[in-house]
Amino acid sequence: MPTFLEAIREGLRQEMERDQRVILLGEDLGEGGVFRATEGLVERFGRERVIDSPLAESSIVGVSIGASLNGLVPVPEIQFADYIHPAMNQLVNEAAKIRYLSLGTFHCPITVRMPFGGGVHGGPFHSQCVESMFLGIPGLKIVIPSTATDAKALLLSAIRDPDPVLFFEHKYLYRRQRADALPNEPLPLGVAQVRREGKDLTIVSYGAMVHVALAAAEAASREGVAVEVVDLRTLCPLDRETVLASVRKTSKALVLYEANRTGGAGAEVAALIAEEAFEDLDGPVVRLAPPDVHFPFNSTLEQAYLPTSDSVLAAIRKLAAY
Amino acid sequence: MASSAPAAAITQQRDTANSLTEDDLRRLYELMALAKACDEKAWTLHRQGRISFVAPCRGHEAAQVGSAYALRPGQDVVFTYYRDIAVGLTLGMDLPNMFLSLFGKEALVNGGSRHMPWHLCHTGLKLMPATSVVATQIPQAAGAALAAKYRNDDSVTIVYFGDGATSEGDFHEALNWAAIHRLPLVFLCENNGYAISTPVSRQMSVTSVADRAAGYGVPGHIVDGSDPLAVYGATAEAVARARRGGGPTLLDAHMRRLRAHTSDDDNRRYMTPEQIEELRKHDPVDEFRQKLIRRGALTQEAAQHLDDTIREAIDQAVEMAEAAPEPDVASLATEVFGVAAGQLPPASL
Repeated sequence: MPTFLEAIREGLRQEMERDQRVILLGEDLGEGGVFRATEGLVERFGRERVIDSPLAESSIVGVSIGASLNGLVPVPEIQFADYIHPAMNQLVNEAAKIRYLSLGTFHCPITVRMPFGGGVHGGPFHSQCVESMFLGIPGLKIVIPSTATDAKALLLSAIRDPDPVLFFEHKYLYRRQRADALPNEPLPLGVAQVRREGKDLTIVSYGAMVHVALAAAEAASREGVAVEVVDLRTLCPLDRETVLASVRKTSKALVLYEANRTGGAGAEVAALIAEEAFEDLDGPVVRLAPPDVHFPFNSTLEQAYLPTSDSVLAAIRKLAAY
Repeated sequence: MASSAPAAAITQQRDTANSLTEDDLRRLYELMALAKACDEKAWTLHRQGRISFVAPCRGHEAAQVGSAYALRPGQDVVFTYYRDIAVGLTLGMDLPNMFLSLFGKEALVNGGSRHMPWHLCHTGLKLMPATSVVATQIPQAAGAALAAKYRNDDSVTIVYFGDGATSEGDFHEALNWAAIHRLPLVFLCENNGYAISTPVSRQMSVTSVADRAAGYGVPGHIVDGSDPLAVYGATAEAVARARRGGGPTLLDAHMRRLRAHTSDDDNRRYMTPEQIEELRKHDPVDEFRQKLIRRGALTQEAAQHLDDTIREAIDQAVEMAEAAPEPDVASLATEVFGVAAGQLPPASL
């Protein structure tokens, strides 16, 4: 049963076999990368296609942009999403705007892979969820798979997409999620998945928190509360219809995510529900996310920082009783 | 590949300034005069309140025309910054579209009404989309050169930037990439001595931008950026070297910026009246015109006729562009993404 990590590797391998224009570049990729996502790829495709970059994130993205403008399909890796900041200028001011500012005469087909997320005792600089910073930037797609199956199918779609895609791979899921078999076909971006059906309350989530939601939903079911879990899979495009359809059914919504509470997906999803499903609501839209503090190193603090199935269950009970 | 290998592929090209014909010299002058006239018209239009912004190229014409003339339009890949209209004109951009772009009207190139005036972008000419952001185009140029090398095509990439851009990390990261991968890339610094108001002496402790290349194992050369023939020769040599696999070169073209940084800047705030007066004595377009007349390659009459022709063409383009309709507001949300939500991308791009 292939893992999430193997799903990524197989996705890369499949696209590189299919399309000669696909190249990988990033730190330590030739040796397989620090998480082993690119293990064996240099042996198969050579160092011209699996490029060990200098340790310089801005140019990892900048070089990728330029190569894409000149006909390649680069898949750069930022070793940890925490280190994307030096490349923000290239992503936000350049990659995101190329199609729009060139009237569609140029486009920028890059997929920036970024391992992210906590629960792995990574401390403040190897655990962060930075996806919120990219919300609301036109021109950037944001993909965050929660299962091994999705990881491969969404990666195929991301690489084939003609525009820049930020592809976040949750480190906690790398070796914990497994698929029976990996798909060979892509999944469209912008289609959420209902992971568990229920009639009493909706949890909207993505990434590793989907599994926390599912565990809490299972516990809630033993207390007679039927929780529906919506896995967004992509934050941009956001599948508004699936979210709204679920909330219209259950009348209660809880948004669960791992980024800091303020200004994240919770704010956007809550605003969407308030605007479009206000009449259907039977309680406040609740955000459940880490507090607005930095990611701590100590394990006890890390557990207190991250939402857990217990804290989600407590939130479910409270909202269900509202 | 050894850098001393014979460059068979370029023997048919204008590989040194000496090989330029008198027709070439007149063409160089014509392009410089055209860029100067466009710039002067834009400056006037701005002062008349008819356009909202321009970044002038005055003083940079020789470097821009001389370097771009050493390229194969539509084959070599070009990354510019916001002051490079003479590069675009030399490669073949037309006046109507240039002035539509200046007025922020719908144009077929330069992002039309969406983009800042004269930020060049043209697919056919391989003029890669320029933004206003300083130095971001430099690693992108390294990426384009990497793609050319990967495909083993014989295109060379050139990237233009100002002296201020060499303080940005992207400049240094790009030089490093180019050197490590021995990329077919020419770095062309339009060094006018000022990053808006900050002189080079407060931007760097080394004496020239060319010196910065040594730290990366890239050859760096200072070039007289006011002499189109010097810039042409140096660029042709760097391009030939890149094309035969010899790797990147940094050209540090020294020139004077004859105007303020942009139409929103006032250089009297940071330059003395004497400094500004001194600038007026060094117009590279006038100097080249006199040089060609002395050499007998151009007559006063022919030069005057050329000026008249250019003025007429520009006036026509201005009239057309100013009268062109405003963009359709329904176009505001187009071309954000190429594939809609919930759709699969096409099987091949």
